Amino acid sequence: MISRAHKLLFGLLLLACVAMAAVLIRLRNRAQDRLQEQAAAAPSMQTAGVPPTEVTLYVPNDLDDSLTGVHEDLALPQDASAEAQELLANLVAAFRAPGSSHPLDVANGVNEVYLMPVPKAAGETSDPGQMAVVDLSGALVSAQPSGIEPETLTLLSMMATLHANMPAITEVHFLVDGQPHATLAGHADLTRTYLASEANPTPNPEAAEGTR
Amino acid sequence: MRWTEAGLAMALAGFGGAFGQAARPAAPQAAQPSESMATATQPQTETHFAVVLDAAHGGSDTGARLGNGALEKNLTLTMAERLQELLRQQGIVATMTRRADVDVSALTRAEVANHAQAAVCLVIHATATGSGVHLFTTSLAPAGGSGTGQPVTAAGPRILPWATAQAAYVTDSLKLESELDAALVHAEIPVTMGRASVAPMENLACPTVAVELAPLAPGNTTRGRAITDGRYEKAVEGALAAAIGSWRTDRKEQ
Repeated sequence: MISRAHKLLFGLLLLACVAMAAVLIRLRNRAQDRLQEQAAAAPSMQTAGVPPTEVTLYVPNDLDDSLTGVHEDLALPQDASAEAQELLANLVAAFRAPGSSHPLDVANGVNEVYLMPVPKAAGETSDPGQMAVVDLSGALVSAQPSGIEPETLTLLSMMATLHANMPAITEVHFLVDGQPHATLAGHADLTRTYLASEANPTPNPEAAEGTR
Repeated sequence: MRWTEAGLAMALAGFGGAFGQAARPAAPQAAQPSESMATATQPQTETHFAVVLDAAHGGSDTGARLGNGALEKNLTLTMAERLQELLRQQGIVATMTRRADVDVSALTRAEVANHAQAAVCLVIHATATGSGVHLFTTSLAPAGGSGTGQPVTAAGPRILPWATAQAAYVTDSLKLESELDAALVHAEIPVTMGRASVAPMENLACPTVAVELAPLAPGNTTRGRAITDGRYEKAVEGALAAAIGSWRTDRKEQ
């Protein structure tokens, strides 16, 4: 026969276990988020000791469908793939900044950028350049507002930023978490390979730096 | 876009249109494949002025969430239906790629549009982002040696790569976009124009513009309006109908 006091004690202990589990899960999630944010914000090991260079990030504006060049001094890695990834990481950070003209709340938007030579067409003598395969994160796709304009602006800003700072990149293809994906968020086609020059903003003296 | 990327899947430009011609007993050229295909690429005649309205998304594909529970798939269908009625009042036949809340593939939409031999194809979308109306034409480069983007010459090729069929209509699509822009600006609706790669635009063998409705942000001369504001939607639909009417007049005069 179990006494009432024991039953009560058992119930309280069970309740305490559940509460502690909930608290632990929450603390773990918080710690994970904090670590991810620190990893995104901290300079990578590859940039240690590298002097900063001026780069241009093309930041979209949803209201007027434009791309505006923003100059920043960044310490970029020597490796070209890492450099491309760093450029896009900083661009995505601009999307996330308070008061962003293209709000996209995501900490890690690009998993990896792979660079590969574009095969020469028959009879082609000049260097066709490189293709950047940009592996977007699922988190970016989830955070991306749905619509032709916002999705296209996200892609164009990435292409323009890559092409402006790494002119050897002539083509860009997008993956999501390493896999082909039909669209970014229901509209912009991710199955095709884009010419990086498609996003080349033309100078507009009336605008801050450039527009589509 | 390189031709090699178009893949091996080739389709007749308006292949359905070619069959459509064949079904018309009064068309003597229907028995001659080359002429019927040429007709398929140049459908804008006085007697045949068809419009295709593609209400994007539908069924399980809800599209964007527009706020207050509104879904893009419902708004696009409503807009397309009202626009179809406005065009009917002008004596213009408009074909819809979907008439209900059902899934319709991009392939089927393109087949419907190409079968109609349309003089105007409008792909209707909506978004909660931005302001006013966003107009988009294909991001494909114009096809054709002249660089005009026309479906080549009367004696030119009549077979278009399915994946890049719209490339032959880039110039006409840009002109149509300009016509829509003028009508919307006249109605005091802010417009932004750009180029995009969105299904099924690139498979359409007709002058094509994607029309994306966004909320109206308050500005110096405009009052802010929600995307579901009936007056705002009607103003946009009226401007689109007026532009299509004007486009028909322009084609008759050419």
